[in-house]
Amino acid sequence: MSVLVFVEGLNGEIKKSSLEAASYGSQVAQQLGTTATAVAIGEVHEEALAKLGEQGIGKVLYDADERLKQFVADAYVKVIAKAAQQESAKVLVFSNSNIGAAVGSKLAVRLNGSLATNVTSLPKTDGGSFTVTRGVFSGKAFADVALTSDVKIIAVKKNTYEAAHNAGSTATIEKLSADLTDADFAAAPKETVMQETDGGVLLPEAEIVVSGGRGLKGPENWHLVEDLAKALGAATACSKPVSDMDWRPHHEHVGQTGITVSPNLYIAIGISGAIQHLAGVNSSKVIVVINKDPEAPFFKAADYGIVGDAFEIVPKLIEAAKALDK
Amino acid sequence: MKILVCISNVPDTTSKINFTADNKEFDKNGVQFVINPWDEYALTRAIELKEAKGGTVTVLNVGEADAEPNIRKALAIGADDAIRVNAKPTDAFFVAQQIAAVAKENSYDMILMGKESIDFNGSQVHGMVGELLGIPSVVPAFKLDMVDDSTARLEREIEGGKEVVEVKLPFVASAQQPMSEPRIPNMRGIMTARTKPLAVKEPVGAEAKAEYVNFSKPEKKSGVKMIDPENAGELITLLRNEAKVL
Repeated sequence: MSVLVFVEGLNGEIKKSSLEAASYGSQVAQQLGTTATAVAIGEVHEEALAKLGEQGIGKVLYDADERLKQFVADAYVKVIAKAAQQESAKVLVFSNSNIGAAVGSKLAVRLNGSLATNVTSLPKTDGGSFTVTRGVFSGKAFADVALTSDVKIIAVKKNTYEAAHNAGSTATIEKLSADLTDADFAAAPKETVMQETDGGVLLPEAEIVVSGGRGLKGPENWHLVEDLAKALGAATACSKPVSDMDWRPHHEHVGQTGITVSPNLYIAIGISGAIQHLAGVNSSKVIVVINKDPEAPFFKAADYGIVGDAFEIVPKLIEAAKALDK
Repeated sequence: MKILVCISNVPDTTSKINFTADNKEFDKNGVQFVINPWDEYALTRAIELKEAKGGTVTVLNVGEADAEPNIRKALAIGADDAIRVNAKPTDAFFVAQQIAAVAKENSYDMILMGKESIDFNGSQVHGMVGELLGIPSVVPAFKLDMVDDSTARLEREIEGGKEVVEVKLPFVASAQQPMSEPRIPNMRGIMTARTKPLAVKEPVGAEAKAEYVNFSKPEKKSGVKMIDPENAGELITLLRNEAKVL
């Protein structure tokens, strides 16, 4: 019996959200008096796999099948199921990413397991129960969920569980082969297109997000958001009306029907704070609101606020951010 | 082409969320319910495909009778018929089993739904349905077109980019914007929806695997600290030294 963590790679490295999941999985293993093993798929450098020891992972099972460089749900599920069987895993931990949700739901059926996504707490295991807390109602509430199957699958919400760094600890790497067939790749992608990101910060992984709304008056003014994001090492985002008007692409839309984010710092510029927008950002640790309307509802949810014209205020912030000793 | 669209009945996006006194259940009191916004993307795209290629769109809801106004709304938007599985949805696995049971009886070419519901945010049902039926699931998709009568082309979001996937029918896909522009039902649609078939089926036996034992709300913020716009740069100092987020 062990805890199995599925880690995702990006450009050969392990994603930050997967490092968080690995630390979470190690902590669960400690709680249950067992060990944590990771399973990695696709293109990840061996050095990056070995460094998972820093998050408390003892062993990494790695399937390097060339065809797994791209995400294919059925193939990934087969590899993770094989790893789970080999390790007699009773708890599986993923990051609550698009990939994590896709494979988690399939694995729940295949392993006859209980699944909780969007999880924000370590499990409570008193008296034989296994209960986790998860975000519900688009961040407006939490639910405690008891997972009742023998196998439990947990997708950990990004940025809610800090990745541990026990410098110098290394994990051993073992090859894994799941005997994949062509049928497992029936829904393989024809093409993968990565987005251009300013400064390389992806919105779902970002610790700082700078977001703009209609108050910026037009796409030609977006350099204000981008320059501040660049100075802070942040990702950029926008409100729904902005993406609906095609000022910004839909993958930057943050809110109830867009991307839900929970960064350490969310800076909203020219966004009034409709309840649907708040639902997508209100689990951010610190919220800053800049708006010329002192009655903007967003100020009620903010930690810091500035009432004023974004076109005058944001350049001052950019200047102050650039002056920070990094 | 036969398309099944699964819809959830969820609190309106502007709803304040409250729970019953024992925190065991969502308090529906005074809350308006709508079709889950992400399901609307799936529904509208299904209707667009039907209009372009022919076929039928069936709407499926796993829920109690109070969901029927929104099922009728889906019919008014353009679905042909509807099925309600008469059960309180307990967890994703239960719902997925009901959908899979309906799908097995009717062999749909495509099963569409939103990428998640705005109430339980599980993102689970589509993958479970695909696995239960042994067909591919493509999630979350923001574009869906037919290549020919037996193959669909979808674009799905991945962290940091997108993937283009071509998949043979049948398959399951979940929808997110901008897959389609949701429609508002017109008067003719509302009138014809009244006569469209809405079948009520009893659920198949299925056990829930996750039990919701308690709900809570996030702690309220202690209040906003306002910064003088003249000294806006001070904010950056506070974020570093006081909030410690820079």
